[in-house]
Amino acid sequence: MYIATARQAPASGGTGRIAGNVLALGAVSLLTDVSSEMVTAILPLYLVLGLGFSPLQFGVLDGIYTGVTALVRVAGGHAADRWQRRKFVAGLGYGISALGKLGLLAAGTSATAMGLVLAGDRTGKGLRTAPRDALITLSSEPSALGRAFGVHRAMDTVGAFLGPLLAFCLLWTLPARYDVVFVVSFCFAALGFLVLVLFVRDHRDVLPRVAVSLKSAFGLLRSRPFRRVCLVACGLGFLTLGDGFIYLLLQKKLDVELAYIALLPLGTAGVYLLAAVPLGSLADRVGRWKIFLAGHVALLGAYVLLAGVSGISLLVGVLVLHGLFYACTDGVLMAVAGPMIPDELRTSGLALLQTGQVLARAASSVLFGALWTWFAW
Amino acid sequence: MRILIVVAAVIALGAGATAYALRAPQEVSVATEAGPVELTSGRLVFVDEASGKVASVPLSDTSRPRRVSSLSCKRFYTAGGQGLCLADASGPLPGSTAVFVDRGLGERRRVEVAGVPNRAKLSADGRMASWTTFVTGDSYAQAGTFSTRTAIFDQQTEVYASNIEGTAVAGVKTVNDMNFWGVTFASDDRTYYATLSTAGKTYLIQGDAVDESAKPLRENAECPSLSPDGKRVAFKKRVPGDGARPWRQHVLDLTTMVETPLAETRGIDDQVVWLDNDTIAYGLPGEGIWAVQANGEGAPRQLVPHASSPSVALG
Repeated sequence: MYIATARQAPASGGTGRIAGNVLALGAVSLLTDVSSEMVTAILPLYLVLGLGFSPLQFGVLDGIYTGVTALVRVAGGHAADRWQRRKFVAGLGYGISALGKLGLLAAGTSATAMGLVLAGDRTGKGLRTAPRDALITLSSEPSALGRAFGVHRAMDTVGAFLGPLLAFCLLWTLPARYDVVFVVSFCFAALGFLVLVLFVRDHRDVLPRVAVSLKSAFGLLRSRPFRRVCLVACGLGFLTLGDGFIYLLLQKKLDVELAYIALLPLGTAGVYLLAAVPLGSLADRVGRWKIFLAGHVALLGAYVLLAGVSGISLLVGVLVLHGLFYACTDGVLMAVAGPMIPDELRTSGLALLQTGQVLARAASSVLFGALWTWFAW
Repeated sequence: MRILIVVAAVIALGAGATAYALRAPQEVSVATEAGPVELTSGRLVFVDEASGKVASVPLSDTSRPRRVSSLSCKRFYTAGGQGLCLADASGPLPGSTAVFVDRGLGERRRVEVAGVPNRAKLSADGRMASWTTFVTGDSYAQAGTFSTRTAIFDQQTEVYASNIEGTAVAGVKTVNDMNFWGVTFASDDRTYYATLSTAGKTYLIQGDAVDESAKPLRENAECPSLSPDGKRVAFKKRVPGDGARPWRQHVLDLTTMVETPLAETRGIDDQVVWLDNDTIAYGLPGEGIWAVQANGEGAPRQLVPHASSPSVALG
C-alpha cells in the first residue's frame, strides 16, 4: 500500500517512471551487447590463432566497415521514417547481427566469407541504433529524456561489461572452444531479438502525412539549432581519441602487464553504468547541452592526466573521467537532439547526427593511428 | 504470456548451448606406449594433439606408438638436452607461462608472460631461449589491433629481455607499429634471425642479442629457422591468394642470398624445424607433423598424425 502510494506521486524533476518501452529496449540492448562484446573480445584471438589469419589482414578489414555502416545508418533511418516502422528496421538490425553469430561458425577458414559475415554484423549494428534511439525519444516525456537515455545506456553498458567476462570464462573452462563462445553469443542475441519482438511497441500515433524523403531528412540541417548540434558533435568527435588509444597510452605510461589492459575498459564501463542515470537526470534539470559539454571537459581532464600524472592516481583518474565522459555525452546528445527533430523525421535526424559523429571519430582514429604508427612515443 | 515465451526461450537456448558445449569433441585415438618421455638423442619430440601433452617417438621410425608425458604445452622445443614449454596461463585472462625443463621434463625455471602462446625456440646448446606471444588486450575497444611480444632469455647470464621491441634496426625508423616474432639462434648464442613487421611489410632481420641491434636482410619473410650448419634459413613467404594461410615455405642460402621454394604447397603457418641439414619438419593444423626436403625437391610426407610443434632431441 505504502509503495503503491509512493509510486503515485507525481513525476517531477526527472524522478518519474521510465516508460516500459525504454526498459524493454534497455533489456534488448543489454542482451545484444553481451552477445556482441563476447565476440569482439575473442575475435582477434580466433582469427589469428584459431584460423591462422595474419594480424595485418584482420586489421585492414576493420577500417573498411566504418564507411559501410555510415551509409547503412542513413538509409535505415530514412526507411524507418518513410514507413514509420522503427521497430521493424531495428528488429532487422538485431536479427542480422544474431544470424551473423552463426555465420561466424559457418564461415570457417575462408577470409572472404569471414569478411562478409563481419560486414553483415556491422550492417546490423548500423541499422538498429537510430531507430532504437528514436523509439526512446518518442516513448519518453521530453522533460525526462536525459534520464530515459541514462537508464537505457546503463543497461546497455551492463551487457558490455558482462560480455567479455563471460567469453573469457568460457574459453578458460573450455580451452580453444571458440565455437562454444559463438553459440552462446548467438543465444544472447536471439533472446534480445525475442524481447524486442514481444515487448517493444512501435510508436503508432497518427503523424501528419508529410512526404518523407531523403531531401527532407537532409533538410533538417537547415534548422539552426539542429545544425549547430551536428556541427559541435562532429567537431568534438574529431577531437576524441579512440578508446583503444587511451588504453594503449595508459598501458605505456603505467607499464602495467599487457594482460591487464583487457581489464581497463571494464573500469570505464563500470563508471559509465553507475553514472549514466544520475547524470541523465541532472541533464534534464540543469540543461543537457551543459552536461554534454561538461563531458568533454572530463575527457580533456583525462588527456591532461595522461600527459602529466603517473601511478595509481593516473589509472583511477583517467578511467573515472573517461567513464564520466561517456555518461555525460553518449545518451545525453540524443536527448539534446531528439526534441529538435519533428516526430516523423526522428529516426533520419538521429541517424544523420550519429553518422556524422561516427565519421568524425573514424577520421580522428585514422589520423591519430597514422601519427602513432609513424612516431615512436 | 509474453513472459512465459521468454522463459521458455531461455530454457531452450540454455539447454541447446549446454548440449553443444558438452558434446564430446571428436575422440582422437592414437597408439601410445608406456615409458618416460626424455629429451635424449634420436627422439622426435612434439605436442600430442589428443592430450595436449609433450610426447615423443623414435626419429628412425616415427610411425611407432608415442610416449606421452604429463607436461601440458601449447608449444614445445628441445635442444641441447633441455626443453622450453610455452603453456597457457591458468587463469581466465589470456596469458602464458614459459617453463624450462630438464632432460626428464622436470621443471627448472618458469616465467610468466603476457599474451597467448605462439612460438618457442632454444639455441642449439639450450642456453638461449626465445618465445613469442600474441597480445590482444586492447582489441576490446578496437578490434583489429594485434601485436606480438617476443622475449629473449639467456640462461647463463640470466639476462631477460621481456620484449625485444626496443631493438634498433639499421635503416628502419623506430616506430610504434614494429612487431618482432619467430627468433632462431646461431651457434654463437648471440646472433639471431627473426621476423620484423612494420608498416604492413615483413622483413627477415639478423640481430645481436647483446647489442640489442639488428639489420634487415630481405623483405617478405616470416618465422625463420636456421639450419644446423648455420648456412641456410627456412622461412615462410607471403604469396598471393585468398585463404587464411597465404604462405609458401622457402629456404634462403645466406651466402648467395638465393631462395628456393619447397615442394610443400600448402600454407605453413609455423616456425619449421630442421631434422638434419637436408630436411625440415612442421605442423599443419589438423594434419599432424610433416617433413619435406630442404632443397625444393621430393614430396612432403607425414611423420606423425594428431601432433604439432615438432623438434628433435640431438644432444
